[in-house]
Amino acid sequence: MPRTDIGPPNYKDMLPDIIKRNYWKWKYHEIVKPGVLKHVAESGDVLYSVRVGSPRLVSVDFIRDICEIADKYCDGYLRFTSRYNIEFLTDKQENVDKIIEEVQRLGLPVGGTGPCVTNIVHTQGWIHCHSAATDASGIVKAIMDELYDYFTSMSLPAGVRIAVACCINMCGAVHCSDLAVVGVHTKPPRIDHEKLMAQCEIPTTIQSCPTGAIRRHPDPNIKSVVVREELCMYCGNCFTVCPAMSIADPEGDGVAIYAGGKVSNARKPPMFSRLIVPYLPNNPPRWPEVVEVIKKILEVYAKNARRYERMGEWIERIGWEKFFRLTGIPFTEYHIDDFTHAVETYRTTTQFKW
Amino acid sequence: MESETPLLDELEKGRWPSFVKEIKRAAKKNKAALDLLRVEELSYKDKITHWKHGGIVGVTGYGGGVIGRYCDKPEEYPEVAAFHTFRVNHPAGWFYKTEALRKICDIWEKYGSGMTNFHGSTGDIILLGAKTENLQPCFNELTEAGFDLGGSGSGLRTISGCVGPARCEWATIDTLDITYDLTMEFQDEIHRPRWPYKFKIKISGCPNDCVAAIARADFTIIGTWRDSIRIDQEAVREYVKNGFDIETVVRKCPTEAISWDEKNKVLNFVPEDCTRCMHCINKMPKAIRPGTEGGATILVGGKAPILKGAYLSWVIVPFMKMEPPYSEVKSLLRKIWDWWDEHGRTRERLAELIERLSFARFLKDMGLPVQPQMVFRPRSNPYVFFRR
Repeated sequence: MPRTDIGPPNYKDMLPDIIKRNYWKWKYHEIVKPGVLKHVAESGDVLYSVRVGSPRLVSVDFIRDICEIADKYCDGYLRFTSRYNIEFLTDKQENVDKIIEEVQRLGLPVGGTGPCVTNIVHTQGWIHCHSAATDASGIVKAIMDELYDYFTSMSLPAGVRIAVACCINMCGAVHCSDLAVVGVHTKPPRIDHEKLMAQCEIPTTIQSCPTGAIRRHPDPNIKSVVVREELCMYCGNCFTVCPAMSIADPEGDGVAIYAGGKVSNARKPPMFSRLIVPYLPNNPPRWPEVVEVIKKILEVYAKNARRYERMGEWIERIGWEKFFRLTGIPFTEYHIDDFTHAVETYRTTTQFKW
Repeated sequence: MESETPLLDELEKGRWPSFVKEIKRAAKKNKAALDLLRVEELSYKDKITHWKHGGIVGVTGYGGGVIGRYCDKPEEYPEVAAFHTFRVNHPAGWFYKTEALRKICDIWEKYGSGMTNFHGSTGDIILLGAKTENLQPCFNELTEAGFDLGGSGSGLRTISGCVGPARCEWATIDTLDITYDLTMEFQDEIHRPRWPYKFKIKISGCPNDCVAAIARADFTIIGTWRDSIRIDQEAVREYVKNGFDIETVVRKCPTEAISWDEKNKVLNFVPEDCTRCMHCINKMPKAIRPGTEGGATILVGGKAPILKGAYLSWVIVPFMKMEPPYSEVKSLLRKIWDWWDEHGRTRERLAELIERLSFARFLKDMGLPVQPQMVFRPRSNPYVFFRR
């Protein structure tokens, strides 16, 4: 019999000695240079962390490569961040440059600290997901190739967190990112009545729709459903409960761009990302339109925001009307919300800018 | 010879490390990885996904932890006809001994595609792609090596937290220990899904919220403190002497709780005005630190759009002490789950249920005293349901 419910390894067994010794006792930290953190403990102990970007989707040989470096310089320990970076931890300052040299030999960038673009949190996309409206790994690669220098330097007003979700289920905190790319369907599901009769539970399928667009088929002999297209906002929830409601479409699927979200409580409370570009086509392998918009917004922000101002804080200060003007992105009917809680976004003051 | 994957080959170019190189690396030893590459190329050509719905697959005794996945063109790509994912529960804080990582690599090379995500959005180690017959033996070896599966489906998802006191001076709660303790306590809820839908718990050590707990967890634990921030005036003077622009801290204090006395070189601070936003601490880590009376703010309801739009978590307990065995938080969780189980509809997240039945009703049923900390501002409408 296999062992079950043993739970994950106890984190205490995975901590290097210097961390065990100084648990709860860190005094302060500084960023020595991009990608290198220095933590100082009450005891005077010093810990260096070298932060390294990864492509997230990696082979076991990649893991073995980084283990080798950790064995050589970090007593056989390493750590990952919540943004898929690898951190090599060492108490020896002389190891820092050696680690950097080794990871660069593997073609990995050092950075992701302070006011930078750090690694992009993303979902599975066409690599592995049944409801993906776009790929994720490919868009991320295309964006990060272009923004590479913003990862390895600390030249921005504040940190910029980018996220990619391959559908509006948004696994990960895409809806609260400084910049977000979201896969969208733009056409209602296509119903395969025969398949639906064989595979799907009709009440569950009807209930899955948040807008009540799905109804029983008017012909009682057909044990299936119909979709009122004017009520459908292409969320794909029905497809998840009923495979006969296929929603993927080569022409209709694409991505939307959102901006100005954050989760940190620093200065302003957390904010949602807001719609900037309602639709861009899927254009693999490099999604040039998407990369262009992301880079454009990032650079307009970098040039105009004040020090320490997150993207959303900057936009709120200058106003959305000015944001659209500065970036040259057209404001369309789709930017006026018509879903739940929409009224909260309508302007109720004469205070606005031209 | 002409490449089979001309579109993906483009993504081997450029400076950022390439996932295509990684798949090709795995494909040298593993046929499934090669078919994965081919299927991805086909998606790049067709502009749609070629993965079908997951059927019910898993390992004995568990309902969650394995995501079933099948290719929609099994004849053309037989090696990935069934290509299921393991979610493997990570050690809290994502610290690893290389020895443990190597064990996972060896097992995964034996039973799977050799492709992984370090890590998935839930926090788990993702082992991407195993055939159905390999699931049980792979699981057996994983648990022998000390690794268990994480959560999936309509159950508790793998709990995750930030680096916390392991390497951060700002943590006011032990995020790693809470993550581990709750994970061990709720093994059943993780492995045997039984709820209306998914439920996520995420834990951040301070209001910077590095793991985005407030945006993506149904139950959000964020470290905070009840006393005053600690200011080392000598260290503040040192910052100013070295050319630090103290006004960037003073001006950006959202509640105007701090001011700089240039004449006496003192940073004045009014503790009761502070909302513990972290800005001054973030900018002057050598001089300003969180208070010493640590605990957590508990919030509920964070989620992404499907079904009714996105929500950020709402405050339900402004301050809770967080010490082992964490009984208060565990009993609150159980109470919430019972309530959600009782009233929730299929695929209704906690926030959507609370919205449907009202926040006031939720707080009452949970026995939580209402407090002004729970709202930005009181209601403006007169539609009050007076209770008699």
